[in-house]
Amino acid sequence: MKMSLKWAALALAFSLPLSAQAHRMWMLPSATVLSGADPWVTVDAAVSNDLFYFEHFPLQLNNLSVTAPDGTAAKAENQSTGRYRSTFDVRLTQAGTYKMAVVNNGVFASYKENGKNKRWRGTAEKFAQEVPADAQDLRVTQANSRLETFVTVGKPTDTVLKPTGQGLELAPITHPNDLFAKEEASFRLLLDGKPAAGIEVSIVPGGIRYRDQLHEMKTRTDADGKFTVTWPEPGMYWLEAETKDDKTTFDKAKERRSTYIATFEVLPE
Amino acid sequence: MRTLIPVAVTGLMVGQAQAADLAVRIEIPRLNVAEYHRPYVAVWVEGPDQKVAANLAVWYDVKLKNDEGTKWLKDMRQWWRRTGRELTMPADGISGATRPVGEHQLAFSDGKAPLGKLAEGKYELVVEAAREVGGRELLRIPFQWPPRAPEKGEARGQHELGRVALETKP
Repeated sequence: MKMSLKWAALALAFSLPLSAQAHRMWMLPSATVLSGADPWVTVDAAVSNDLFYFEHFPLQLNNLSVTAPDGTAAKAENQSTGRYRSTFDVRLTQAGTYKMAVVNNGVFASYKENGKNKRWRGTAEKFAQEVPADAQDLRVTQANSRLETFVTVGKPTDTVLKPTGQGLELAPITHPNDLFAKEEASFRLLLDGKPAAGIEVSIVPGGIRYRDQLHEMKTRTDADGKFTVTWPEPGMYWLEAETKDDKTTFDKAKERRSTYIATFEVLPE
Repeated sequence: MRTLIPVAVTGLMVGQAQAADLAVRIEIPRLNVAEYHRPYVAVWVEGPDQKVAANLAVWYDVKLKNDEGTKWLKDMRQWWRRTGRELTMPADGISGATRPVGEHQLAFSDGKAPLGKLAEGKYELVVEAAREVGGRELLRIPFQWPPRAPEKGEARGQHELGRVALETKP
């Protein structure tokens, strides 16, 4: 019990982004394009260095939500968190596009206590209890992250793609389950529902373990928050974008870091 | 009254003779593999804009209980993207059971389902095959419609399909 709590705490810490962190959070669905009468999808979720290998920490599923094509909440069944990965199943009872999302809102603090450097991670609610009121050189950052992936039964639909208007989000122009190698896809990044201009977007193809170079593709959103990518080859891709501003919702925090991460499958033409 | 009947019949026959025909022959090759399943095959016509002009046939495992055979329809990736995902299976006049090794003939007529009426122009016949625990292959044969004279075209598959032949007649 002690052991599992320790791992859970560590994993939670690692599931929240840190500025200098190299680890990548991801969800990996067993399929993104499905046909048939009663399809299921199983999803692995982990925090790791290499994509998409579970070799570091499981992703905590506490803040997981699954949205069905009609916009209602769907059930994430058979949830399990192991040493290296979490996993869950979704029975796809409706035709159309489902969204899996893990949305985390956390607070980070660094300060000095009796001359020693301290770091703290937690929630806004716990801040007052756990961070000393007289902490020196206190720096507090609010970190919001949204991790998503999409799967579609039959024809792609748009209901689950509607943005919530909170944090950094993706508003697809090309449907995320209609991606093909050598074709161009367009997306828009929104921050609090408005076009997020000038944000760097990093895209990394999976299968890192079996190649020497990362093959990272970098682009930047234009004035309308738009960016395009031409997928070089079929496979699973990991996309990350991050931005900082001072629009915190927690008064102790001077800085807000907003992160969007998604996994996309690109099919062969 | 009696004389009207042969006139009506003749009119019908003339109508048929004028309708252009499109015949497709698809060879399913014999493969030396440990686990063989008959391929899923989709046959359709694409216009120059890559839009599907006509869905001609889809062969899948229709015998499995609870429509389980539909699970693998998406493996015919191009067909699935262009038209399959819009259809409900079984699709009347289009879907049927998978076929064994050998040559299979399909015949279509202008103005009749599933070919229907195609506007004059350049088209491609597309044949896509996907096999459980096997591979996938897609062949294209260009043609002009309606044909002014009998025309022939063919394409040869490398692994999932054998010879695919197209014959059009005015």
